Amino acid sequence: MLLIGNGRIAGISGITGGLFRQAPSSDKVWRALFVAGLITGGVIASWLFPSSIAFDVERSSGALVVAGLLVGIGTQMGSGCTSGHGVCGLSRFSPRSMVAVAVFMAVAALVVFAVGEMFGGAV
Amino acid sequence: MTKAASFVVGLVFAFGLVLSGMTLPSKVIGFFDFSDGLTSWDPSLGLVMGGAMLVYIPVYRLVTRRRRPLWEPEFKLPTRTDIDRRLVVGSALFGAGWGLGGFCPGPALTSVGSFSQQAFIFVAAMLFGMIVFRHIDAKVLQ
Repeated sequence: MLLIGNGRIAGISGITGGLFRQAPSSDKVWRALFVAGLITGGVIASWLFPSSIAFDVERSSGALVVAGLLVGIGTQMGSGCTSGHGVCGLSRFSPRSMVAVAVFMAVAALVVFAVGEMFGGAV
Repeated sequence: MTKAASFVVGLVFAFGLVLSGMTLPSKVIGFFDFSDGLTSWDPSLGLVMGGAMLVYIPVYRLVTRRRRPLWEPEFKLPTRTDIDRRLVVGSALFGAGWGLGGFCPGPALTSVGSFSQQAFIFVAAMLFGMIVFRHIDAKVLQ
């Protein structure tokens, strides 16, 4: 939709991060509405499919704060997340996205391994 | 994008994430869990990415054959092909956060709709991280 309508490629982190950049307010409206659509979808889905949207692993608030900060900073610095580099970038056979996906998947697997080994899966 | 369209696309995206299991951090962790080799690995989320790519590969090719998008005068596609330190370090930080929290940005924002306390904490920190990074980055570059 974004591609055919606006001629742009963006994943979730690009759309969301664009809210915090110097830009005309018209650019921010569609971004904010997209995020509002995501959250509204979450509200409806948690009513229709409550077992499919739940935080079902053991994570302390501190771990969540660190994880959120890493995801926020990392996606802006690396220009993309699972949707932007993963789905869009790999589909365009972009070399940058191939490197990005290889790096974030490998690091995620290492962290999951470390959390499992050192903390028994709860941190 | 028209305002109604952006909202609807967000809505549809959220449903896709929920139905595919991305809003269950245990599924995400399972996708990265090789502690017992392949027996502990849950490959199902790979199908989500693969399925989305199967749609996006032909759509991208068809759409970019057009001279221009529907509502803008020209396509603005990423053109960079260089692999720089920012890309690698940023992706590594993101991967660490994804593995630690079990959330990437889309499922985290969607999960705010379930009023889960963990999603609120994660998203607040994520948005704060985005703002801080953009702020520092703009200062450093200028």
